[in-house]
Amino acid sequence: MKDLSLNILDIAQNSLKAGAALIRIALRERDGVLRIVIEDDGRGMEPELAARVTDPFVTTRDTRKVGLGLPFYRQAAEQTGGSLELVSAPGRGTTVTAVFHTAHIDAPPAGDMPATIQTLIQGSPDVDFDYSRERDGKVSSLDTRLMREQLGDIPLNEPDVLQWIYESLTESEKELE
Amino acid sequence: MKSLEELKAIREKTLAGIQLRKEDGADNVRVVVGMATCGIAAGARPVLGAFVDEIGKRGLSHVSVTQTGCIGVCRLEPVVEVYVPGEEKVTYVKMTPEMVQRIVAEHLVNQQIVSEYTIGAAE
Repeated sequence: MKDLSLNILDIAQNSLKAGAALIRIALRERDGVLRIVIEDDGRGMEPELAARVTDPFVTTRDTRKVGLGLPFYRQAAEQTGGSLELVSAPGRGTTVTAVFHTAHIDAPPAGDMPATIQTLIQGSPDVDFDYSRERDGKVSSLDTRLMREQLGDIPLNEPDVLQWIYESLTESEKELE
Repeated sequence: MKSLEELKAIREKTLAGIQLRKEDGADNVRVVVGMATCGIAAGARPVLGAFVDEIGKRGLSHVSVTQTGCIGVCRLEPVVEVYVPGEEKVTYVKMTPEMVQRIVAEHLVNQQIVSEYTIGAAE
């Protein structure tokens, strides 16, 4: 993965596959430490599976016996001196928390977060996303539940809505630079 | 800073178009983009974005863009499948955003498959 936004897109797909209705994605960067939390209310996992999912040879898919999403993500965090923690319980969802040291030479760039959020909403317009990105006190955020209040029954994957998502997030993330 | 209020205007504008689509759903074309780890790592996100943009710009309301997991040919990612009712599925491989415009114009609008981008040409 070239950047963190692609890792986040990939990890959030696990939440979608777990049948989540609400996915919270929160990035918080302070004093050179970036903490990324991806939290869902999906079906969760039994402890023995949860303990093994960052192993590349553990996967739920059936086209191959290898699953590289979480291993890539863990490696990206650990190579900056950071860490990855996964907490899950059946029926209660899963939370993946990764910590990155942004000054480390191996720290990946954040990438295009607005494109990742737009892609997630495009693919799952019925799921709610609560996204926020905070950098040294400044915040950019988007909550699909608030969007639905304005949109009524217009689906979130309408082209004009998707364009609004990308443009409004790109604008507000500029303020974080 | 854009405001949530703008979504109200989008709602008004979009409502009529949605009604129309509901009435003639039979000839809907589906574009499916593989968005598993293999697809994402190979560049599927900007490919999907280009389809959404181009189809939105042209107002092709009979075309829907969806995502799927791993299609099974990871080395040929990003993979895109096009389903036209009554026709065989067409699989495009090693996609880039630059290829999207041509597929939309030639395949989705003019119903001419872009053979050189298909899995048949790659294999």
